[in-house]
Amino acid sequence: MEFTFFAAGIVALATTARVITCANPVHALLYLITSMLALAIDFYALGAAFAAVLEVVVYAGAIMVLFVFVVMMLNLNNETVAREKSWLRPQLWAGPAAAAGLLLLALLWALIFGGIEYGGITGEELAAREVGMNLFGPYVLVVELAAFLLLAALVVAAHIGRDDTDQVSDAAARGERVTTNVRESR
Amino acid sequence: MMEFTQAEALGVLATVAKTLIILVGAVLMAALMIPIERRLLGLWQDRYGPNRVGPFGSLQVVADMVKIFFKEDWIPPFADKAVFVVAPAIIMVTSLLAFAVIPFTPTWTVANLNVGVLFLLAMSSLGVYSVIFAGWASDNKYALIGAMRTAAQMISYEVFMGLSLLGVVLLAGSFNLGDIIESQRGMWNVIPQFPAFVIFFIAGCAEIHRAPFDLPEAEQELTAGYHTEYSGMKFGMFFVGEYLGIVLISCLVTVLFFGGWLGPWLPGFVWFFLKAFTFMCFFVLLRASTVRPRYDQLMAFGWKILLPIAIVNVAITGAIVVATS
Repeated sequence: MEFTFFAAGIVALATTARVITCANPVHALLYLITSMLALAIDFYALGAAFAAVLEVVVYAGAIMVLFVFVVMMLNLNNETVAREKSWLRPQLWAGPAAAAGLLLLALLWALIFGGIEYGGITGEELAAREVGMNLFGPYVLVVELAAFLLLAALVVAAHIGRDDTDQVSDAAARGERVTTNVRESR
Repeated sequence: MMEFTQAEALGVLATVAKTLIILVGAVLMAALMIPIERRLLGLWQDRYGPNRVGPFGSLQVVADMVKIFFKEDWIPPFADKAVFVVAPAIIMVTSLLAFAVIPFTPTWTVANLNVGVLFLLAMSSLGVYSVIFAGWASDNKYALIGAMRTAAQMISYEVFMGLSLLGVVLLAGSFNLGDIIESQRGMWNVIPQFPAFVIFFIAGCAEIHRAPFDLPEAEQELTAGYHTEYSGMKFGMFFVGEYLGIVLISCLVTVLFFGGWLGPWLPGFVWFFLKAFTFMCFFVLLRASTVRPRYDQLMAFGWKILLPIAIVNVAITGAIVVATS
């Protein structure tokens, strides 16, 4: 299990690096999907099979599909790739990279000299039952807050996507030609 | 390094052999579905269907395969080559991986995962990428529109598919497919979970975009949809991938709602095969007898009818499980 964990970890790091450096957005998204699959394998190696599968179902399988969906609509071509490449100049990424590198050094310092012991990976499986007991036991408040947030998002989506049938019938009554996305009469 | 004992090495070998047999069996069954479908369609549409190659046209699939292998494997110059090549492989890989968790008999499973049901949903949600990337990489209007429709259709119907499975999971108290079959010893899930069965079957049909849900490849409006630019064996992989989907959904319906290998007198595998084969033929009957809905009808039907029924089903099942335990 330790071998699996570190192998998948290396894949996750390498693909994430490519997500940032790749000039073609769709290729970058493919790398991001691969990175999420590698993360799922890491979860599985740690014994969290439930979280691993949810990572694939929710992130790799649903949220990323929407990302791809939007990027596909943008009509990208070689011009955009060239422009993206021109934006990736060293003077632009050197500063942020140096700052992030410093943070990495600090993290490594803390990990190596901070007296944190490497516990190893036991591969004990955490069943779905325990995840559920925790979610609806000690963390029930967080679950409810998340539900509030999602409800708000749902209300907004319903508002934006509402059916304007009233306006349409008004317009029809005035004899105007309706050009909104009204469903064709059957 | 870990040392392998002889018994462990034999166990690994046995699993590898089992995996290969199941993979080859699944692909063969998918290939066999092609002549079976054509003959059955002929029967139901009152015509002969292919009956020249081999006895009763049974070797038609060999002729088709030979033809498809010798076709020019053409990649359009305007296509995104890497993604174009990867796309058909994704559907094959995800469909075949899903077979890993299906218990054909009590001893014949490749991976007895505790999160088997979720693994299946994960694989089916990854299968969407095949179609989306094929449509995008082709750089063709028809292909792109087909891919868009698929993305919306598959994401929506995945939701109902997952919700319909929750009732079954609640009754079995486990995500493990073997446990789900064992929980149906007294009564097949299709009786207490009939709405879930109907929703799952419809959603499964939409998930593998078979008729009547084959809008992504509706030939009158989109030529061939997302695989318009594909030829040769790459097209063949989409084709076999679709039939693998039929085999997979039929196996799943068998496992989740019709008791899997359970049945009197005959050995478990025979029961499993008979049940699954019935559903494969039912998919063909659906194609022969239904018309394709409009796109907005498809979405409205999913979100306004299937979703409420699925949620009510989960709520009622949950209440009954809590009340009786």
